[in-house]
Amino acid sequence: MLSIKNLHVSVDAKPILTGLSLDVPAGQVHAVMGPNGAGKSTLSYALAGRPGYDVTSGSATLDGVDLLGLDPSERAAKGVFLSFQYPIEIPGVPALTFLRTALNAQRRARDEAEISAPDFLRLVRVKAAALKMDFDMLKRALNVGFSGGEKKRMEILQMSVLAPKLAILDETDSGLDIDALRIVAEGVNAMRAPDRSMLVITHYQRLLDHIRPDRVHVLAAGRIVASGGPELALELEAAGYDRYASAA
Amino acid sequence: MAADQQTLEHVADLERYKHGFVSDIDQEFAPKGLSEATVRFVSAKKGEPEWMLDWRLEAYRRWIELEEPDWARVNFPAIDYQDSYYYAAPKEKAQLGSLDEVDPEILAVYAKLGIPLKEQEVLAGVKGAPRYAVDAVFDSVSVVTTFKKELAEVGVIFCSMSEAIRDHGDLVRQYLGTVVPVSDNYFACLNSAVFSDGSFVYVPPGVRCPMELSTYFRINAAESGQFERTLIIADKGAYVSYLEGCTAPMRDENQLHAAVVELVILDDAEIKYSTVQNWYPGDKDGKGGIYNFVTKRADCRGDRAKVSWTQVETGSAITWKYPSCVLRGEGSSGEFYSIAITNNRQQADTGTKMIHLGANTRSRIISKGISAGRSSNTYRGLVSAHPRAKGARNFTQCDSLLIGKHCAAHTTPYIEARNASAKFEHEATTTRLSDDQLFYAMQRGLSQEEAVQLLVNGFVKDVLQELPMEFAVEAQKLVAISLEGSVG
Repeated sequence: MLSIKNLHVSVDAKPILTGLSLDVPAGQVHAVMGPNGAGKSTLSYALAGRPGYDVTSGSATLDGVDLLGLDPSERAAKGVFLSFQYPIEIPGVPALTFLRTALNAQRRARDEAEISAPDFLRLVRVKAAALKMDFDMLKRALNVGFSGGEKKRMEILQMSVLAPKLAILDETDSGLDIDALRIVAEGVNAMRAPDRSMLVITHYQRLLDHIRPDRVHVLAAGRIVASGGPELALELEAAGYDRYASAA
Repeated sequence: MAADQQTLEHVADLERYKHGFVSDIDQEFAPKGLSEATVRFVSAKKGEPEWMLDWRLEAYRRWIELEEPDWARVNFPAIDYQDSYYYAAPKEKAQLGSLDEVDPEILAVYAKLGIPLKEQEVLAGVKGAPRYAVDAVFDSVSVVTTFKKELAEVGVIFCSMSEAIRDHGDLVRQYLGTVVPVSDNYFACLNSAVFSDGSFVYVPPGVRCPMELSTYFRINAAESGQFERTLIIADKGAYVSYLEGCTAPMRDENQLHAAVVELVILDDAEIKYSTVQNWYPGDKDGKGGIYNFVTKRADCRGDRAKVSWTQVETGSAITWKYPSCVLRGEGSSGEFYSIAITNNRQQADTGTKMIHLGANTRSRIISKGISAGRSSNTYRGLVSAHPRAKGARNFTQCDSLLIGKHCAAHTTPYIEARNASAKFEHEATTTRLSDDQLFYAMQRGLSQEEAVQLLVNGFVKDVLQELPMEFAVEAQKLVAISLEGSVG
């Protein structure tokens, strides 16, 4: 379970999150929605440990492990995965190499045996097929020259191979056409599991037509200002965020 | 993929400069300093014929008239050429017939460096792995050359330069100094006067050398310079792939390495020359390290001759080196693939010259410079087409990667087209290792060091794949070690 308590985060000494509290129990999918500038991406970066996102107070734990004292790779090994809103291009490094290096780095950090090349390839083939990805694409440099949809699918593939305890999806629907959106959503749904918490961060409701959240939270001006069931997302879609922006 | 993986797996076990040990070996030296007497001493030690001594003395007389060049973007205190030994050789081995006669201490050095000097060990190596012959040069002399007999059966001569001067004098006389003339430049001239040893290769017409040849240079003695001379001749239709490697102990004073390499390529012949340069780079404050002032040039003398230089430069305090191609023969081609890495206080000024003299000559330059720490890394290259070089073509790509905020990268291309039909293309990029990339890789579980290695390996991939497979893995590890501690 992810448990965030009274989190304050500043960027360039400017407070962005101002006392955010949120619990995502294992086995559940929670959506965080909010207007632009509310601090949605700051939340995902702060949880992943991006340098420059300074936690000034509060706590964040995953299954009781304090995340905030760890560097990004240590958090990854503890099970934190962030699907980036804008996945990064890595020239000259084939996606397969990148992914195997990452998986084995995590395994080493957890004192687990590294995965062998044949086992790894078998695993990736299955996962890629489920996401309707051309396996040859994985031999290309990671994300270089990929379309927006391909990049997002690659994020979901990485997530499914790395099998995290906490999956944070930051604006995964941006840049996706309706078919790609469905495939990505199916990939995410297939990853629902009793020991996994998922946090879906989105501006629009449309992703939630495909990934049905257990809870929906509204993030405005750095805090969670409202929480409810899936119906809250529909309400937001109809009424907009204005009400919350002024409330904050 | 396997190689990337191997880098990551091995790097944790390696120290930053693992070749920095000193071996206690009984050596004899020439008297310190440089004079006509020194030149005579070196020549006499090697039992050289009169013509060779005269050649050296001529070089020495020219050298004292020359001035050290100062156009490169490197800074160092004035070198006192009288405060160095120009000859250092392990004692008690005038002439070595076999490995049994080599000082076990020296064999231990090469074993420690992982260089196979016993033919049976090479043979007993990984099944199916390509074999390669080694010439081992220790300070001023070649201590052993392997597989000579097997190579001789197909007519390939592979031996030390000293031996070549004695046993293949005619070939040496015919070609030595014809690619890099005695007074070509200050350091080449110095080398011509006092060169000690190096490798000699002759591949006869139509012969494809049956194995990789390599020379492994080791500086051991203190306060001494190494001045090796290498001459490789690929006769008509011949092919040879050659690799040089080099290391030196960690010492606080700077040591001079001024080598000359000459390649002669006749009609339809090809030489592939690879270097993995790992001289001691000095410590993190810039103390000590090798001054690597090297002249390397290939002469495509024949039609359709081909040469390729591949270099991985990770060591040395200062690198001053421009492996060049003279494309004289019609339709001849030259290639230059380079990875130059500087970290801490290292300075590199390196690149190539492609001199298009013949019609329809082609050249290709791929240079990847990586600067970290407080280092300075300069690519300096010349591409020129002479009036007769109709249809000459060049493609150049220079990429620089900056790691951190205190390093510098410079690109200085010179392009001279004296021929309207010449087509030259030049592309250059400079990028910083981005925080976005580092964070992305670390978010997936890579440590910071692993992330840097992976990103850098991606950056240099185009060049690494030009190296023979077994050396590519070695080079990749080196790249990783050279950049340890460069971020954060």
